[in-house]
Amino acid sequence: MALKGNLRDFSIHQLLNLINLAHKTGSLQVKPEPVLRSANGHASSAALFFREGRLIHAAFEGKPTRLTDVMVQVGRLTPEQAQTVNARSRVDTDKELGLLLIQNGYLTQNDIIQGVRGYLLETVYQLFTWAAGDFHFEPNQLPPEERITVPLSLENVILEGNRRQQEWERLRDEIPDLEVPLRFAERPSANLRDISLTREQWQVISFINSKNTIKQIGEYLSLDEFQIRRVVYSLKRNGLIEMAQPVRVEPVAPRGPVPGAKLSRSVLLRIIDGVRRR
Amino acid sequence: MQTVKMVITGPFSAGKTEFIGSISEIAVVRTERKITDETRAVKAQTTVAMDFGRITIDKDLVLYLFGTPGQRRFDFMWEILSEGMLGFVVMVDSVRPETFREARSILDTFRRYSETPFVVAANKQDHPDAWSPEDMKIALGLDDGIKVLPCIANQKESVKYVLLELLYTILERAQD
Repeated sequence: MALKGNLRDFSIHQLLNLINLAHKTGSLQVKPEPVLRSANGHASSAALFFREGRLIHAAFEGKPTRLTDVMVQVGRLTPEQAQTVNARSRVDTDKELGLLLIQNGYLTQNDIIQGVRGYLLETVYQLFTWAAGDFHFEPNQLPPEERITVPLSLENVILEGNRRQQEWERLRDEIPDLEVPLRFAERPSANLRDISLTREQWQVISFINSKNTIKQIGEYLSLDEFQIRRVVYSLKRNGLIEMAQPVRVEPVAPRGPVPGAKLSRSVLLRIIDGVRRR
Repeated sequence: MQTVKMVITGPFSAGKTEFIGSISEIAVVRTERKITDETRAVKAQTTVAMDFGRITIDKDLVLYLFGTPGQRRFDFMWEILSEGMLGFVVMVDSVRPETFREARSILDTFRRYSETPFVVAANKQDHPDAWSPEDMKIALGLDDGIKVLPCIANQKESVKYVLLELLYTILERAQD
């Protein structure tokens, strides 16, 4: 059975939940929509691989996934060390690269497993911020044999991804519109002497004027929607900057359900018999 | 003459009219109009008030099937149609996951209207891109006890199967 759709209608959280509950084996290809690609800086699709409902491999299309590349990306290996190991590798499989990494004393087996695990998690968590994009699950398709696989229970991934998604949604609620400029608070509520700003916060502050919108500032600084919202929210929470509050509509309480029609068992059996005979 | 009513609901273009038409002994009374909004791309006409089909059980008993309009702007009709129903079927298009959320929303709305039993019909199971009923149950966030049934709305036997499963559910509930 096919499993196709768009994240706009069926979120990554729901998809992973389905794959987990149904113990599915196969690959999930997700292609972000153009507007999202520019916002998140991903120009390519993501591929997640599962075996019996557990995440075993993940990659963005066009991004190197050799073990040495992964270890560099998670900060466990320097590019020079990776180059040395790659030069000694003859067959270029993750198994051989892993052995060379251990033999050279660069990493232990546990380092490698934890590094791959971290890479898998960061890859899949990025998908939780994708609001739209076509997906397609291909049953029984596994990653290339030469790549290392580390099985991860999806339950924890879903929990953490859900937490990040909630953070993302909270940020969107707090800052629903990115097409508005920021301004400095006229009467800052915080004691400014006790505030230390991060590099990103300083960068955002340097772009605040009556013309630059939040979206433009994010684009100048190559921050995706999640990152720019997080920075703006932290500045707003500290009372340094101000924004207009969105209007919230209170939901109307629904009326309670009423009992359905009641029929005797004999009438129900007559109906069943009547439908059977048709 | 005793009359019994069942409601066939679901998102726009899920196959409700076709479902009723496959089993009704009368030409389904359709109150369809040309579509004037963006849903025009999906089909040319839609149910703006209700579909109405009939199954005569015996000389003293008739089962009526009412199809609800799928478009949200006619949802004022839903509560009226749900009054006094014996049970309801939620039709879901298995090849259009973009309608699952709407289907779940409609299901929740009808459950608020009435405590009657219901089943979910996963329509278009003959289509190669159809989601399986098992996957749809998870996708719709339904409890294990809720029946999600494979369905092909233009096939009479398939429609009978769905209606019978709903009737068995009603019977089980009546025995409880």
